[in-house]
Amino acid sequence: MVTRYSLRVLALGYLLFLLVLPVGLIAWRTFARGLAPVLSALTSPSAVHAFEVTLSVASWAVVANTIFGIGAAILLVRHRFPGKRILGALIDLPLAVSPVVVGLALILVYGRFAPAGGWLERHGLQVIFSLPGMVLATVFVSLPLVVRAIVPVLEELGEEQEQAAHTLGATGWQTFRRITIPGIRWALAYGVVLCLARALGEYGAVAVVSGRLVGQTQTLTLFVEERFQNFDQPAAFAAATALALMAVVTLLLTKFLRPKD
Amino acid sequence: MATIEARAAPISAPPAAPARAPRPRRRPPHLGTGLGLGLAVTYLSLIVLLPLAAVVWRGTRGGDFWRAVSTPDSWAALKLTVGGSLLVAAINIVMGTVIAWVLVRDRFPGKAVVDVLIDLPFALPTIVAGLVLLALYGTASPLHLNLAYTQAGVIVALLFVTLPFVVRTVQPVLLELDRDMEEAAHSLGAGGWLTFRRIILPNLLPAMLSGGGLAFTRAIAEYGSTVLISGNIKFRTEVAAVNIFGRIENDEITSAAAVSTALLVVAFVVLAGLDLVRRWGARRGD
Amino acid sequence: MGTRIFAGVAALALAAALAGCAGTVNADNGGGASGGPVTLSLVAYSTPQAAYEALIKAFQATPEGRNVRFTQSYGGSGDQSRAVGAGLSADIVAFSLEPDITRLVTAKLVAPDWNADATKGMVTDSVVVIATRKGNPKGIRTWDDLVRPGVQVITPNPFASGGARWNLLAGYGAKSNKGADKAAGLAYLEALLRNVPVQDTSARASLQTFAGGKGDAIISYENEAIFAQQHGQALDYTVPDDTILIENPIAVTTNSAHPTQAKAFLAFLHSAQGRKIFADHGYRPVGQAVTGVGFPTPAGLFTIKDLGGWSKVSKEFFDPGTGSVAAIEQKLGVSTASGGGTPSPSGK
Repeated sequence: MVTRYSLRVLALGYLLFLLVLPVGLIAWRTFARGLAPVLSALTSPSAVHAFEVTLSVASWAVVANTIFGIGAAILLVRHRFPGKRILGALIDLPLAVSPVVVGLALILVYGRFAPAGGWLERHGLQVIFSLPGMVLATVFVSLPLVVRAIVPVLEELGEEQEQAAHTLGATGWQTFRRITIPGIRWALAYGVVLCLARALGEYGAVAVVSGRLVGQTQTLTLFVEERFQNFDQPAAFAAATALALMAVVTLLLTKFLRPKD
Repeated sequence: MATIEARAAPISAPPAAPARAPRPRRRPPHLGTGLGLGLAVTYLSLIVLLPLAAVVWRGTRGGDFWRAVSTPDSWAALKLTVGGSLLVAAINIVMGTVIAWVLVRDRFPGKAVVDVLIDLPFALPTIVAGLVLLALYGTASPLHLNLAYTQAGVIVALLFVTLPFVVRTVQPVLLELDRDMEEAAHSLGAGGWLTFRRIILPNLLPAMLSGGGLAFTRAIAEYGSTVLISGNIKFRTEVAAVNIFGRIENDEITSAAAVSTALLVVAFVVLAGLDLVRRWGARRGD
Repeated sequence: MGTRIFAGVAALALAAALAGCAGTVNADNGGGASGGPVTLSLVAYSTPQAAYEALIKAFQATPEGRNVRFTQSYGGSGDQSRAVGAGLSADIVAFSLEPDITRLVTAKLVAPDWNADATKGMVTDSVVVIATRKGNPKGIRTWDDLVRPGVQVITPNPFASGGARWNLLAGYGAKSNKGADKAAGLAYLEALLRNVPVQDTSARASLQTFAGGKGDAIISYENEAIFAQQHGQALDYTVPDDTILIENPIAVTTNSAHPTQAKAFLAFLHSAQGRKIFADHGYRPVGQAVTGVGFPTPAGLFTIKDLGGWSKVSKEFFDPGTGSVAAIEQKLGVSTASGGGTPSPSGK
């Protein structure tokens, strides 16, 4: 039918001009002169540093949010207490906050002139303009992702198995390790991958708290911007393509891990 | 043995038969709950709640809020941001539904690939999105379509990052849709558009609005993808997040906090509205 | 199920790789004793990044610099100065103009005698030039050409960028007979700013804007124009007859953990080798010329001192409330970024 074809053309055309062509163009421009310049740009000391900073910050954030995520999910699904819906809404809060506001918020509490930040600095821990601040910012923006991935599956799982284990004499920890975790393992993996992707790709929040310290607090995303501003398009494009590839890998992983409804 | 019997005692109610619809029996609050809740709330407070409260407190103290928000450039940035995001949400509601429709109802080679690609804006870092759009729609555009330093460039950037929202909320609803009513309408002689308008659309509306609301909330917060293509021209192409960033760099923290608070309030209002829409949709859906 | 297992293993492998990488990142803390490696933090304005990268490499090849590592941060001069005031650690600060150091002197982060040496605290010079598209199709060469109707000029916002102040003062000084005819100078600035479509927040950002296709001409530092040309940007530049001498200050901070090494780095920057590297990157040397790299001398070169010095000029022109440039910008509807609220240095 005409409608079917015109809808298809409209949808695919929209996607072509908004999604496919731009991403394709970057990949094409990056590899225009072959693989060698790309590899040399990506193995320069500042690029390698940027990789390291990104991975370090992202791993801390993923570990922290996974522990929190599992705990909060169990709390929300298996326990009863007043204000549960409020807790759920508060956990979702980071999704609605602009990354620049995240940076500002952290500066106001953990900056040198803020009470908490000042106290920490006097005791030797600089938060803002240093790695801990970057980790905090990344934790903030990716906070809800593991929780939201686990909660529906935990609900569906039901408590029967856990209660059965309890009856048979298992301790809370044994139940958790042998019953709960295996039950949610695919959802957990899915949440971890989402959290990781978000953490690797964060730009706005870390831009505010980083202090632009090349090689120290410069993540791969900040590296892309800084190289671009220095007219070093090859390096900027190479790093951008590397990030895009990571994004595609994440997409494929989540596609396989997504809990089947 | 003694241990098992002793442990068996507290479970007074018989275990739920598997056939019964699982009604989770949550344990009443106990020490574990309190401890877990305390830890979770502490984590949340230290990282999210206290900092956000600090922003709102700093932005609204001493009556500076309106003065800061109404300075010419911040006001222009807020207007552009909210207006642009509304436009983007509207476009997404239409195009997102079209794309979801094509993905669910149509069949063509490579559909699975397209389905995966839709989520790319979720996974791609915003600065990379900005670079990517600048390459195609900037001054060196191979399509000779130069949107740099224009509001259109801002809109395109926002459309990119909000692409998946409406598609992903409408898709599952379309998949679940019962085709019987459509077929009945068709056999009664109703054309495609009438069927869509009267039968399908009402079922999709909550999902469309929900996705549109999410797209709006995402768009007003956007920073990285607009930074490169828009040129951040004050009063014309500077979005709220860029304005806030500039104020932070200028050490005008109170003004930055005020504009941030304005953004948070708008987001909060929209999300509260979304919650209502979701409950309306849940009531319709049964 | 098989694909899920594969994906799960892939995810685990990724996590393991990350954990491994997390372990290898070590924050480089400077060693206290003279034997261990020392890390110096350089916080500078946006344009000399390439120069400092080369200078650091050369310094590390000298005996004084052998065990010294550097962290570097570059951004708009005013922004970086404010960041150091807000807690960004710095051993060496290098800014575009003196007031950004003076701010830190007030905050007791730089000693009051920072400019008591032979070069008066300056490390490089430059001049303000007018740059155009390659081939200069619109024939823009002089200050008068910039105010022709229909000409679009790029220059940064003077309330965010140090470079912008140099740019505007150069035009002002040229058209006001080095400050003698204030009214003529201010009239010129108003006409000039009317032709500016975009005011970025740093010198480098405005160069980006120009390189991105906006504007017919850009007022910039000579060293920025040279940098752009060295990086393949298609632009030409003219050194106007009347222009201002840009003087860039540098200082060691009072709270530096390694003042000896920091001062050694500064000494290297003033050495013949350091000055040559700067010159290769387009920066004029302070004092005697560098053999092999020549810079044209404008006939009507003047300095900030001729206009009354920075404290007078900052107050008279760039005070966000009462300055004459602020008044012009507000008349044109451009943000002076502090037009409404007052930025209080203590109210962080």
